[in-house]
Amino acid sequence: MAAHRPEGPPKLLGVVAEYETPTALVHAAEKVRDAGFQHWDTYTPFPIHGIDPAMGIRPTRLPWIVLCAGLTGLTTAALLQWWTNAVDYPWVISGKPFLSIPASVPVYFELTVLFSALTALGAMIVINGLPEPHHPLDLKERFGRATDDRFFLYIQARDPKFDESATRALLESTHPEDLDDVMEDQSSPAGLPRPLVIGLAALVCAAIVPFVLFVQARQTMTDQPRIHMVPDMDFQLKYKTQKASAFFADGRTVRPQEPATIAVGQLDEDEHLHHGRVEGEYARTFPSALPVDEAAMKRGQTQYDIFCAPCHGLSGAGDGIVSRRAQDKEQSMWVPPTNLTQGYLRRMPVGQMYELIGKGVRNMPAYGPQISIEDRWRIVLYVRALQRAGNATIEDVPAAERGGLN
Amino acid sequence: MAAVAQPGATTVVQQSAGGNPWAGPPEGENVFGMITQNVSRLTEAKPPRAWYVAFAIALALLTMFGLSLAYLFYTGIGVWGNMVPVAWCFDIVNFVFWVGIGHAGTLISAILYLLRQDWRTAINRAAEAMTIFAVVCAAIFPGIHIGRPWLPYWMFPIPNQMGMWPQFRSPLEWDVFAVGTYATVSLLFWYMGMIPDFATFRDRSTTKIRRIAYGIVAMGWRGSSRQWHRYERAYLLLAALATPLVLSVHSVVSFDFATSQLPGWHTTIFPPYFVAGAIFGGFAMVVTLLVPARQFFGLKYIITLRHIELMTKVILGTGMLVGYAYGMEFFIAWYSGSLYEGFTFINRLFGPYAWAYWTMIFCNVVAPQIFWSRKMRRNVWVAFAVGVIVNVGMWFERFVIIGTSLARDFLPSSWGYYVPTPTDYTTLGGSFGLFFTLFLLFCRYLPTVAMAEVKAIMPEAHVQHGHGGAH
Ligand code: HEC
Repeated sequence: MAAHRPEGPPKLLGVVAEYETPTALVHAAEKVRDAGFQHWDTYTPFPIHGIDPAMGIRPTRLPWIVLCAGLTGLTTAALLQWWTNAVDYPWVISGKPFLSIPASVPVYFELTVLFSALTALGAMIVINGLPEPHHPLDLKERFGRATDDRFFLYIQARDPKFDESATRALLESTHPEDLDDVMEDQSSPAGLPRPLVIGLAALVCAAIVPFVLFVQARQTMTDQPRIHMVPDMDFQLKYKTQKASAFFADGRTVRPQEPATIAVGQLDEDEHLHHGRVEGEYARTFPSALPVDEAAMKRGQTQYDIFCAPCHGLSGAGDGIVSRRAQDKEQSMWVPPTNLTQGYLRRMPVGQMYELIGKGVRNMPAYGPQISIEDRWRIVLYVRALQRAGNATIEDVPAAERGGLN
Repeated sequence: MAAVAQPGATTVVQQSAGGNPWAGPPEGENVFGMITQNVSRLTEAKPPRAWYVAFAIALALLTMFGLSLAYLFYTGIGVWGNMVPVAWCFDIVNFVFWVGIGHAGTLISAILYLLRQDWRTAINRAAEAMTIFAVVCAAIFPGIHIGRPWLPYWMFPIPNQMGMWPQFRSPLEWDVFAVGTYATVSLLFWYMGMIPDFATFRDRSTTKIRRIAYGIVAMGWRGSSRQWHRYERAYLLLAALATPLVLSVHSVVSFDFATSQLPGWHTTIFPPYFVAGAIFGGFAMVVTLLVPARQFFGLKYIITLRHIELMTKVILGTGMLVGYAYGMEFFIAWYSGSLYEGFTFINRLFGPYAWAYWTMIFCNVVAPQIFWSRKMRRNVWVAFAVGVIVNVGMWFERFVIIGTSLARDFLPSSWGYYVPTPTDYTTLGGSFGLFFTLFLLFCRYLPTVAMAEVKAIMPEAHVQHGHGGAH
């Protein structure tokens, strides 16, 4: 690197004084401060208690910056949790409110602290002008002790009050261990060593590789089977229903029912109650074993809201939240749930609807395993109520209440 | 009070046998120089043989860790003993254990800093390093126990093609934020504290590599008072931020259990109980690490008996808090009138895991009582031994909480008994390898003691008012 060398004798940049004790330094600093200098500083191996007033250093604005960062962190946490869990992806968790403040507090707190801490360090570095690779004082051999056991005071020549002999005399009067001129560095500035530059460049290139691979993976297809890491998650040591079995003679994993046996609780002998039929036809009445009353209706409502409403909607109109989301996402394969208040369903025998809940119909899955027999009937009862409500006329409203509807 | 023995008053120093380049009294023109020399020589001189031996052992353990993880990824979670009903065991026990260890560091640096406990300066750097390394060990366990270790990014709120977001009402998600923030803030705190000391190393360096390496991390720090002013303010702020953070981390970790409905987990005492346990275990680990470190690395002049004694007092105090929590758990189990809670605790005492329970009681409640005696507090090897015992005890505490509660919960027909596999043990042992490898590298290459901070609390550092300069 053939750097341009300035002509003429090196310029004087300032004077530096060295002291042996913090006390000496502080007293010197007070004198320099009183002499009205602006561009000067002291260098010490550790922070000296009392140097700030002695140098006239004003309190830093760092705490305010950190406060702003903390508030930003808090706001970010609040917006993040609200947007992700209540708006963009409303997530039903045990019926808790989407925006539940108590459950959000831990993350509010953590992000507040995280943002503040990163800013505290970052702002300290930036305001202090770090990193600062070169400094005129670096040329002085003795100055290395500023981080060890000596104390230095440096007045820059660019200070308006600076006068070569007067400033020297001022510092002389503070009894320094050593007093020296600081000259401009005329040697060509040493760049970073070559191997370091090459190493850093290689590191940067290597850091790009994973991202390139990600992008490539997202853009391309493969006909290779996927890689199985942690394979025993994918191939578990257990029997799956449709898999072959080496153990049983008939080679089936799922065991056929023993002839002439009935599993406990599966006798299902009441044709009306269990199968929704009367003399082979779908029943048009509710089984006599189940009372049809207010309590049954209420129970039917809760069970409907849990099991059916996510698809069919709270009013049965077929606009449940699962369906709406699928449509928002433009899922082409999605079969919308039926509007339960339609005419043909109003005419559907209750026994058929009961059976359909338990066994499923076309694209709708079976809910028999989840919902008890009694509750399936009660849901049917409630669906009947919804159908009535969905097709109601003013005549259905008790005369006394009609005034409130306009 | 000075943390460092006065130069003249330093007890007759024994030049340790074998010409250990790290031992012996430090030299220097003045106290400040002596501190610089005492700490810097650890990174400048060739280390004694003991270091190489320790490092070789640690590396061997680390290799074992690597192999255990490779085996895990190659085969799957089945290599561990986890099996329903005990679906969480060593993986989570180790996670909670290591996170707990990681508490003492920031506690010493932040809380003791705010409380103006000057003695902390001798030990805070090493304790902070320990924190970072413990959190590194801890972070590995949730990563490997998720079963699909290539998907941990699902835990972070990153927009993705599935249109899904993490579930912020889950304590496991809070954990991600709590541990993540804690690791980051501890790292910042540690690094920031080291900047001035890196500058010292840079200015003392005799080789070009050292000069560049330490020069980069020191970022051109030269000890300007204007910079010190902002530095100290930023440090104070970090301490103030880290203080509630320390208390929050283990509280959040305890929510993983407390918000569930399992008997033995579902208790409100967990957050303070876990925090006390973490401080207890963390201090025990600091003592375990620093006693040999000061003995072999010639840090006796900086880490004095007084520091060891103060730490043993903290261990005694927090140990009693932990003992109180154990007792209170029993009281609440009885007072709740819940059949299952009551059973869980009786089962801990006399059930199939009674051996683990009584080990825990001995290690955590009985052993620290020895520190009532001043003589024992000032015997470094007793302190060391109790430190090790407490660490064992704190590991067992997590095992008792997690293992016994899961093994026998509500339905007797679904009870089980957890037996760890050899891989469980090698993974646990291997994580110590990672921890010690990092710690030994730290001792060798980084400033083990916060030089600038120790210097600042020396009597010589105080400015005398009234009379003129030093002359
Ligand atoms: C997962 C979404 C989903 C849930 C939950 C669901 N359904 Fe359906 N349901 C559907 C879909 C989709 C259809 C239309 C099926 C088709 O046409 O292929 C349907 C159709 C129906 C029909 C009309 C059947 C016919 O013959 O036309 C009825 C009645 C019905 N559901 C009742 C219920 C009841 C009662 C429940 C609660 C137990 C319920 N559904 C729960 C998705 C759902």
